[in-house]
Amino acid sequence: MNAAQLLFYLLATVTVLATLFAITEKHPVHAIVYLVTSFFALAAIFFLLAAPLIAIFEVIIYAGAVMVLFMFVIMMLDLGRPEQVSRPGLLHWLPAITLSATILAALATLLEVRTGSSATLHQIGVKTFCVTLFRGYGLAIEIISLQLLFAVVGALYLGRRRRS
Amino acid sequence: MIVPLEQVLLLAGLLFGLGLICVLVWRSNVIMLLIGIEIMLNAAMLVFVAASNHWGAADGQVFALMIIAMTSAEVSLALALVVYLHRRRNTVAVDEFRELHD
Repeated sequence: MNAAQLLFYLLATVTVLATLFAITEKHPVHAIVYLVTSFFALAAIFFLLAAPLIAIFEVIIYAGAVMVLFMFVIMMLDLGRPEQVSRPGLLHWLPAITLSATILAALATLLEVRTGSSATLHQIGVKTFCVTLFRGYGLAIEIISLQLLFAVVGALYLGRRRRS
Repeated sequence: MIVPLEQVLLLAGLLFGLGLICVLVWRSNVIMLLIGIEIMLNAAMLVFVAASNHWGAADGQVFALMIIAMTSAEVSLALALVVYLHRRRNTVAVDEFRELHD
C-alpha cells in the first residue's frame, strides 16, 4: 500500500464519519460545519482521482458558497435552536433503515463480483477537460446557464417584499 | 487509478445511503432535507469523477461540473423558498404546509 492509497482510505474515513455526524446532529449549525469537513475531504479525494479542477470547484462552490448560504439562512431565520427541533421517532427510521439495507446488500454483491481493474494512470489535464466541455457539450452549457438565470429570477421573485 | 473502482463505488454508495437516511429521517425539517440532497448529489459526483479517472475520458468531470451548477441553482431557489415560507408561517416544519391556498 503506497502513500496515495493510505491517503485515500484516511480521507474516505473522514468523509463518511463527518457525514454520519452531520446527519445525526440536532443543531443545524454544527451539522453544516461537519458537512464542510466532509466536503473538504471529498475535494481531496477528487484531487487524488486526478480531477484537480473539480476539487477546486468543490471547495469554492460547495464548501464556500452553498454551505455559507445554508449558514446565512439558518442565522437569518434564527433556526439554530436545537431545543425546538423534535427528534424523529422510530417510525421515521423504518423506511430509511430498509432502503439503506438494500443499498448495503447491493454494495456487498458489488464487492463479490470484483473485476481486475486496469492499473494504467490516466491523467486528465485542464486543457483536455476544457476541450471536451466546450467542443462536445456546448448546448448543455447553454441550458445550464439558462437554468441559473431562471434560478436567479425565481429567487428574486420569492424573496421580494409584498406590500400589503 | 490509485484504488480499484469498486472501492470508490463503495464509498459513493455509503455516502448516498447516508444522504438517503438524512432525507427520510429528517423529512419534517427543510434544512436537513436539503442537506441530505446535497450529500446524495456529492455521492453522484464522486461516481462520475471515479469513472472519468478509470476510463480516462474527461466526460465524467464535465458531468460533475454540471451537477455543481445544477446544485447551486437548486439550493438558491430552495433557500429562497424556505425564507418565503418562514415569512408566511414563521416556521420551517414541512408538516405545517399542507394547504395550497392561504
